Amino acid sequence: MGHLMIPVTRKDQPSRTTERVLILEPGRAERHYWRDLWTYRELFAILAWRDLAVRYKQTAIGVAWAVIRPILSMLIFTVLFSRVARLPSVGHAPYAVMVLAGMLPWFLFSTILNDASISLVTNSNLISKVYFPRLIVPSATILVAVADFAITFALLLLIMAWYRFFSDWRLIFLPCFLLLAILASLGPALYITALNVKYRDFRYIVPFILQFGLYVSPVGFSSTVVPAKWRLLYSLNPVVGVIDGFRWCLLRGESEFYLPGFFLSLCAVVVWLWLGTSYFRKTERTFADLL
Amino acid sequence: MRGDVVIRAQSLGKRYLISHDVQREGYTTLRESIARKLKRLARSGANDRRATMSRGQEVEEFWALKEINLEINRGEVVGIIGRNGAGKSTLLKILSRITEPSEGRVEITGRVASLLEVGTGFHPELTGRENIYVNGAILGMTRAEVRRKFDEIVAFADVERFLDTPVKRYSSGMHVRLAFSVAAHMEPEILIVDEVLAVGDAEFQKKCMGKLRGVAKTEGRSILFVSHNMVAIKQLCRRGVWLQNGKIQDTGLIDEVVESYAASVHDNLKTGDFSRSAVTGDGQVELVSYSVSNPNNKNYLPLATKDDMLFRVNLRIREEIRQSACGISIFNEFGVLMTSINTVELGTPLPPLPAGNATVCVRIRKTAFLPGLYTASFWVMNPQGHIYAMAENSIAFELAQTALYGTSQVDHRWGCVYSEVEFSVAPTTT
Repeated sequence: MGHLMIPVTRKDQPSRTTERVLILEPGRAERHYWRDLWTYRELFAILAWRDLAVRYKQTAIGVAWAVIRPILSMLIFTVLFSRVARLPSVGHAPYAVMVLAGMLPWFLFSTILNDASISLVTNSNLISKVYFPRLIVPSATILVAVADFAITFALLLLIMAWYRFFSDWRLIFLPCFLLLAILASLGPALYITALNVKYRDFRYIVPFILQFGLYVSPVGFSSTVVPAKWRLLYSLNPVVGVIDGFRWCLLRGESEFYLPGFFLSLCAVVVWLWLGTSYFRKTERTFADLL
Repeated sequence: MRGDVVIRAQSLGKRYLISHDVQREGYTTLRESIARKLKRLARSGANDRRATMSRGQEVEEFWALKEINLEINRGEVVGIIGRNGAGKSTLLKILSRITEPSEGRVEITGRVASLLEVGTGFHPELTGRENIYVNGAILGMTRAEVRRKFDEIVAFADVERFLDTPVKRYSSGMHVRLAFSVAAHMEPEILIVDEVLAVGDAEFQKKCMGKLRGVAKTEGRSILFVSHNMVAIKQLCRRGVWLQNGKIQDTGLIDEVVESYAASVHDNLKTGDFSRSAVTGDGQVELVSYSVSNPNNKNYLPLATKDDMLFRVNLRIREEIRQSACGISIFNEFGVLMTSINTVELGTPLPPLPAGNATVCVRIRKTAFLPGLYTASFWVMNPQGHIYAMAENSIAFELAQTALYGTSQVDHRWGCVYSEVEFSVAPTTT
């Protein structure tokens, strides 16, 4: 067993001057929280990668599900809103393409909300055994949602090719809107995640919120069908701005950009992000006691 | 030498609120919370004082830790002992930042890492290689650190051939080895080890102990070690801290602390009655009292090595039990299992137990255990393993010093069991 006790070379040890003294006191707000978050960025990457690996390793259905779900929803919405309710599309864009363009951010939103809300409970063995900024756990679910997003996006490209309807230069703004969609999801997701630790029956409410959200957000229809005088109020829903943005950049401007509404949605995103993060930070310290 | 203290805790305390109207611990449900708020609202409208009173009844304070003052130096290995619920785990949770103290203050210099329970953070679908990286990151290692230590980790865990197999196909032994190995190769200034060495085979346990000793000695890291295994604690630690009811009962050299702890455990058990809290089971069988004696003893001499030992356990049976089994396990004062016997393995099933009182007798002939303090667990279950009643470590007895091996000072340094030995020498012809 002698080989196990090789003295460690000095350079492996962090020098004593860099050691900081950590002070634990009741109610002490962690001053280095955001710096800690940065130190633990690798944990974020690893957890996100783990979720992704598990999702696509466990089942071939994992991939199939990411394809089938948007296609089926697209078909249903197209038939329901276009054929039955006879709602107009935006400009000359085919209705199915418009629906799918709205579904892209919506599925991102719902996947993040759903996965994040249960993430702390499913990782409770970690939470009760190791310290790290808890914000990492719900945030790490983003990667899986983005992977699903990529699949849906590929699908959209195929369907666009089928309709011979292509996007234009506006497509380069897609990453910005993707980022916006992620931020818009993160705020409510963090709030719900924290609530879900405290009130374990909250998870029964999440599917309801999502189902409700699907119909109050312009996923199956264009936000232009909303009467003009309600449009601004409607934009208080942060998802509205995101979906409008996606349609603007994917449907080569067939959907015009409603700027006041967009800015209002942007504000809603920021407010939610602030609410979610601060509530999460406030309750975070008691997670280990509750789980 | 202020610079060499890595952990300094000052009047540390942790309070939990136990609410009595909610059966479960920790989380509540939204439904309950809303109902309670409405109730309170209705009450406060009627009578303000009553509302606050009933609020006090709902929630009770419980101090898991109180007034803990502790200093741990660089490179020190400290064993923390105490009964279940004494606050050991809470202390470690505070020190590893998992939970916040309710009062007091801790200063920690350097990185703290806890050696996790087996496979915490292991994902069954991922391969061994992948899990090493995941677990490393969870423990606070960077990817570069894990990469540098990778070969060492794998070699120590002895899982080279299974690196690309999902860990769900690992045996439990491999699981433990890998988990320990990842944690043991971290380089924190302070390592927290909470009762993880209770698993794994004896050889690997030895390897782990060796590794921990090496970590402390050659690398100058501090270790906080919690275990019920007094032998392991005494081997590894120099200093001991004995926690009792959330307070430090005793601290000092490990041998002395373990000794006074063992003596106190024993004093609490000698009653002959089973303490209600130590008995689990479905209530079909109630364990009433016990005695341990030497059935051949006519002279009222204390029970000693080489005597026959008779355990009598008085039961109260609620309804007739047709098929039952019982067993007994005996531990020495260091928590080492001396023997474990049951009627299933012996092939001597118990007769049907009619409702009412009964006494079960267990007789061990010519006990070989050396003088010392012992505890025993006793259980009654059905042949399928359903537990009617189980008392863990609740039976206490002592084997008195008598002349053994020609001396009357035989203790654990002589081993665990007495053997009839003869030495002889005969010349050999070559």
